[in-house]
Amino acid sequence: MTPFLPPEWLPLVFAGLMAAAILAYVVLDGFDLGVGILLPGAAGEAERDRMVAAIGPFWDANETWLVLGVGLLLVAFPAAHGMVLTELYLPVALMLIALTFRGVAFEFRAKAADARGKRRWDAAFFGGSLLAALSQGWMLGRYVLGFDPSPAAQGFAAMCAAGLAIAYVFIGAAWLVWRTEGALQRRAIGWARAAIWPMGLGILLVSAVTPLVSERIFRRWFDVPEVLLLAPLPLATAALLFGIAALLRHMPLPGDALRRVPFWGAVGLFCLFFAGLAWSFFPYVVPERLTIWEAASAPESLTIILLGALFVLPVILAYTVVAWRVFGGKAKALTYH
Amino acid sequence: MDALLLARIQFAANISFHILFPAITIALGWVLLFFKLRFNATRDEKWMDAYRFWVKVFALSFALGVVSGITMSFQFGTNWPGFMERVGNIAGPLLAYEVLTAFFLEATFVAIMLFGLHRVPGWLHTLSTFLVAAGTTMSAFWIRVLNSWMHTPAGFELRDGVAHATDWLAIIFNPSMPYRLAHMLAASGLTVAFLLAGLSAWRWLRGDCAPGVQAALRTGVVMAAVLAPTQLVLGDMHGLNTLEHQPVKVAAMEGNWETRGHVPLLLFAVPDEAARQNRFEIGIPSGASLILRHHAEGVVPGLNDFVGEHPPVAPVFFAFRIMVGIGVLMIVMGLAGAFFLWRRGALPRPLLRGLVAMTFSGWVATLAGWYTTEIGRQPWLVHGVLTTAEAAGPVPAASIGTTLAMYLVLYAVLLAAYVATLYRLAARGRMLPEAAPAARVPAE
Ligand code: HDD
Ligand code: HEM
Ligand code: HEM
Repeated sequence: MTPFLPPEWLPLVFAGLMAAAILAYVVLDGFDLGVGILLPGAAGEAERDRMVAAIGPFWDANETWLVLGVGLLLVAFPAAHGMVLTELYLPVALMLIALTFRGVAFEFRAKAADARGKRRWDAAFFGGSLLAALSQGWMLGRYVLGFDPSPAAQGFAAMCAAGLAIAYVFIGAAWLVWRTEGALQRRAIGWARAAIWPMGLGILLVSAVTPLVSERIFRRWFDVPEVLLLAPLPLATAALLFGIAALLRHMPLPGDALRRVPFWGAVGLFCLFFAGLAWSFFPYVVPERLTIWEAASAPESLTIILLGALFVLPVILAYTVVAWRVFGGKAKALTYH
Repeated sequence: MDALLLARIQFAANISFHILFPAITIALGWVLLFFKLRFNATRDEKWMDAYRFWVKVFALSFALGVVSGITMSFQFGTNWPGFMERVGNIAGPLLAYEVLTAFFLEATFVAIMLFGLHRVPGWLHTLSTFLVAAGTTMSAFWIRVLNSWMHTPAGFELRDGVAHATDWLAIIFNPSMPYRLAHMLAASGLTVAFLLAGLSAWRWLRGDCAPGVQAALRTGVVMAAVLAPTQLVLGDMHGLNTLEHQPVKVAAMEGNWETRGHVPLLLFAVPDEAARQNRFEIGIPSGASLILRHHAEGVVPGLNDFVGEHPPVAPVFFAFRIMVGIGVLMIVMGLAGAFFLWRRGALPRPLLRGLVAMTFSGWVATLAGWYTTEIGRQPWLVHGVLTTAEAAGPVPAASIGTTLAMYLVLYAVLLAAYVATLYRLAARGRMLPEAAPAARVPAE
């Protein structure tokens, strides 16, 4: 098999694909984990059912992006994969157990024997969603600082854990604003209003701390001309934050106008923040230890995956669009028939 | 306990829990498609009844399969970093193709299959059911390709200890792949056949004789009657293939210590590795030679030719007997059931009770089969290329012990909830919380 790309390009392409998969995961599972964290805020069983119905047809495909993300890390950068996952051994296990509880609760709550049983699975649903969000945020914090074991770094990880959970709450609330109506929608608007500024603060703190702890990242951002080229990133973030906050103050609008905007605005924020992180780390796949070129697997193997991905990814996107259309609009009760 | 042993136990626990659910979803997807197509063709409500009940079982099993599978995909990195470093160039693309061609497909269309009956046109719903079944089967294909390659590696060369692919067709169609894939698909079919028959027989015995229950019962019995004998043939071919490529494993499966002819087929024995002999042997003279070499003088490899490099004998020996024992029982039950259906149109009560007892026998046989094949490969992880010990990571034993305990508790809780929910669904029949209000009126 002769690689059809110069071999030194392949790690770059795969780093891009992996970043895209992880971003897709954070956005997509982010909204359904966020809805899970919000579950105890519902006014009663009917509202909880509606909230679960709003994410029921999506969560499975959403989580598949996680499998693709770590799958690409695994296949394209095997050395980094081992290093990252053994460093993050315990939080990964916690996240997996949390995701397990959360995922099966969808089914078990619908098939519970009685109201008590159902409430128990609802608690598992909430607890699993929260723990998954916290452990993902914790992992992000540990990763950003290159697994530095100092107490300060642990504190930073704790901050990231809280920050990511709040960000998920925000995008989850924004999803509910789009996908529900009536009292639940008004409640969701309230949740989004409450979460937006804490999320803004989280973005600010993480963005401020990373360049402070790493000399290299500081230079990446604040040398001229980088600082000028990068200026649009924080500016756009601020503009989006203020814009969404202003819109939320006036929602719901007559005729449910602009109902999609908070969600897609949140997607925009996630993308901007992620782009900033990616810029900080490039070209490292394990911060300060391993670059994407050092960690990449053999070009023949990457080529064969890329070939498959080029054919299959458009198909995946196409049927994802079909599914989103089938389950478009306001959430209805979920029945099997 | 040392970290390596704990990591092995943890991996075995996780994959054993995971495989329970694919063993159901792979074949149940096709059974649902069959129910749907029968309904489309006959417009007989009983097929839709059967579909409605079993789609719930499918949804539950699928959810458990997905979440436990996500755990699996992290296991390689958390516990076996050496695996991807040494054979990642082969394993990586195979896993990637599984995600790209199977996981997204099933995860997306399962939503339409489960929740879309009244939202999409009938043909799209039927197509979604088909795509989900195809997706689970595709996923079984890719993971079995990788797993077979680990047993009979081909199509690669080692450079500085790292495997590099030289021939992808040889990797995919490695010598044991067709046998392992076929045997696994049939195992899933049998697991589902006995689940269908067992749960329906249970409902039947409790007086729920709705036509939908009967349809599922018949489907299960007919599947068992066809697949159980097929599995015997497939298993025999699989064993001959293993004899060629992993003779040590066959020696352990047969409990044979000396390389010789006239090797008996042991029905029971207790292999004693310290004394290097069996105790309490009961066997059919020359049976193993006949099966493996097709004549009584046939020479069967013995464990004493591989002292110090063969797998632990007793677990392989017993696991293999459990699987084959259940397989034979399945043949008997399947054929008896088919006979009564054909001659009398119904099953006698003792047979129904037997089917109830065998509801989860497919799980036991599947696990026993996997334990035979995986423990029989030890000490190798990739036969002749990489040992299990070499693949282990640096995570300390205490961490692995902690997570292992958490997983075990989790699995015990989920398994109990799963089985309890199946019986609750069966007991309530059509009166389910999700059912339309009209259906809440007692059906009987
Ligand atoms: C022969 C069958 C088989 C075997 C041996 C395995 N799996 Fe599996 N797996 C399936 C058959 C399957 C399936 C039928 O495709 C599942 C079960 C239910 C489902 O949703 O898909 C699945 C689900 C599933 C998922 C979730 C997919 C999703 O999000 O939809 C992951 C990540 C894995 N598996 C990963 C693994 C790994 C890493 C394995 C080995 C170490 C493994 N599986 C063994
Ligand atoms: C799904 C059914 C499977 C079951 C029940 C199963 C069971 C087991 C068991 C019991 C062991 C432990 C053997 C020992 O250490 O003595 C093992 C080892 C292993 N198997 Fe499997 N296996 C399955 C499928 C797979 C697949 C599909 C793969 C890879 C693609 C795989 C990869 C491994 C690895 C990496 C080990 C080494 C770790 C260890 O020794 O525990 N297994 N498996
Ligand atoms: C009826 C007689 C059967 C025979 C002769 C037979 C034979 C075999 C053999 C020789 C192996 C291979 C071990 C190896 O070499 O790696 C195996 C593995 C296995 N068997 Fe069976 N088997 C039988 C029935 C069953 C049944 C009823 C089930 C499940 C319902 C089952 C499920 C499995 C599984 C899951 C494996 C491990 C995966 C694999 O390597 O294919 N078998 N069997």
